[in-house]
Amino acid sequence: MDNDLRVVADGIRLVTLQTFSNLGFGHIGGAMSIVETLAVLYSGELRCDPQKPKWENRDRLVMSKGHAGPALYATLCLRGFFPKEVLLELNQGGGSLPSHCDMHKTPGVDMTTGSLGQGMSTAIGLALGLRMNNSGSYTYLILGDGECNEGQVWEGAMFAAHYKLSNLIAFVDWNKQQLDGFITEVIDMGDFAAKFESFGWHTQTVDGHDPGVIKAAIASAKEETNKPSVIVLDTIKGYGCDFAEGLAGNHHMNFTAEQMEQAIETAAKKLEASRAAAGNTGRA
Amino acid sequence: MFTVHQWINPSPVLMRDVYCGTLIELAIENENIVALDADLISSSGMKPFFSRFPDRAIQCGIAEANMIGIAAGLSAVGKIPFAHSFGSFATRRACDQIMISAAYAKQNVRIIGTDPGITAAYNGGTHMPFEDMGVMRSIPEITLIEPTDPVMLDDLLRQLVLLNGVFYVRMARKNTEAIYEEGSTFEIGRGNVIFEGDDVTIISSGIMVAEALKAAAILKGDGINAKVVDMFTWKPIDRALIADCARKTGAIVTAENHNIVGGLGSAVAEAVCATHPVPIEMVGVNDRFGQVGTEEFLREEYNLTADAIVDATVRVINRKS
Repeated sequence: MDNDLRVVADGIRLVTLQTFSNLGFGHIGGAMSIVETLAVLYSGELRCDPQKPKWENRDRLVMSKGHAGPALYATLCLRGFFPKEVLLELNQGGGSLPSHCDMHKTPGVDMTTGSLGQGMSTAIGLALGLRMNNSGSYTYLILGDGECNEGQVWEGAMFAAHYKLSNLIAFVDWNKQQLDGFITEVIDMGDFAAKFESFGWHTQTVDGHDPGVIKAAIASAKEETNKPSVIVLDTIKGYGCDFAEGLAGNHHMNFTAEQMEQAIETAAKKLEASRAAAGNTGRA
Repeated sequence: MFTVHQWINPSPVLMRDVYCGTLIELAIENENIVALDADLISSSGMKPFFSRFPDRAIQCGIAEANMIGIAAGLSAVGKIPFAHSFGSFATRRACDQIMISAAYAKQNVRIIGTDPGITAAYNGGTHMPFEDMGVMRSIPEITLIEPTDPVMLDDLLRQLVLLNGVFYVRMARKNTEAIYEEGSTFEIGRGNVIFEGDDVTIISSGIMVAEALKAAAILKGDGINAKVVDMFTWKPIDRALIADCARKTGAIVTAENHNIVGGLGSAVAEAVCATHPVPIEMVGVNDRFGQVGTEEFLREEYNLTADAIVDATVRVINRKS
């Protein structure tokens, strides 16, 4: 099972890189670091139907770090929400894949994001409304670590705990970097889990590049019925992209065709190896 | 259709009591209506709603930005949120959330901002929104309304429940002058001609509507026939009516309890310039901050009076070609 999730993750990473490839620039770092979590969510954890993107009983995902849109687009595409040709529309005027997520442009995107911090509150609104509707649906929220500089995140953290929103499961992509540098240098947020715990949340910190432990953490979060949950994902910004992984300044970066070609080749080999390990040679 | 009272007197009911009472009536019928507040339930008069519908009333604490985002999220699962704070905080404090989480994301949210302009009185400059409509007016697709009196507020709340979009309602909390007779109905986006005249048009809103009517009475004594318009929808502004007034009366005075920079005067001037240019004089707050005082003191301090409208009218008529 974990091997299968690895295949899905490696597939998403490859397709995300391919999606960026025509542009020569993009938010590489934060897209790469969230891939494993998206793989787990869209391999069964997040209830959805690609044929009915607005299905009322679906779970919701709020990609609050909206600049990771390209990783979500690759995921939705592989999950069958739209055909692969659509990926060519990334950042194209009039296209359906804007740099930051837009619920009215892209099938499968549940909330418009991009102004950091705001996804916390809209996710709370979704979770609260779903609870009012007696729906069993979960709302998943993906926050960036730098994004947690925003005061709105903590306004929401207080609120969600007070209202015991156990149908809200948040992730913090702790990839250690924000636009201007390492988070410890820009604004040191200290211990994310301790902060959320002090606000009244159920907290876990896990290896954000291990699909198996992410899946287990989500299961554990779902067992909590009295508190919102946060899963702090210990990740590497740019993970799995040759020219970006761990590099300073990889939040938004330019790349050459050769660099991207090389990165795609590496990612494709990785996918091939994962498939072999999982004993499958088919489509991710 | 609306009918204007022959004599203008203070309304017997408070605006906030209408806000709460009408919402309760509507919420009985429509289970999707939810109310949010930011630690101002005692001020907004919403205690009865919160008692009656505890599961549909959301106390957000002193966190307006979070409140607007939550309202946006609620609307995405079919709720019809009404979110209240004082006008200053409902707009300035949550501007980016209204812009992105609500308007840009095409959600269905009603924002109620109370204590417009000088009605903030003793709360002073920090709480006295002369800029709320100006700040909101630059947000695309939003609808901006300043209900004139309790009769209008009641009718507009009933309409707002059925509409879709982002609405900012600039609402006095306490007494207003009663302009309209019971049973009057209103059309969002259409100004009301409440007094006819050929020489000049006074376009006003909120507490300045009563002042405009008083000014028209004074002017009539001086032989000047002023048309009076209640422009309770600031956006989308009733461009056709403004153009018609400009064409027929040849001069316009605007009167608002708001900064004239970015306010009703600006909105009217944009429409006049684009349709039928005529001289305009603006009565309103002349790019100043608020301060503490009684409403009467502040009315004089910022020249938000019938006399100021009369003076502006004489000036604008002198400028007619």
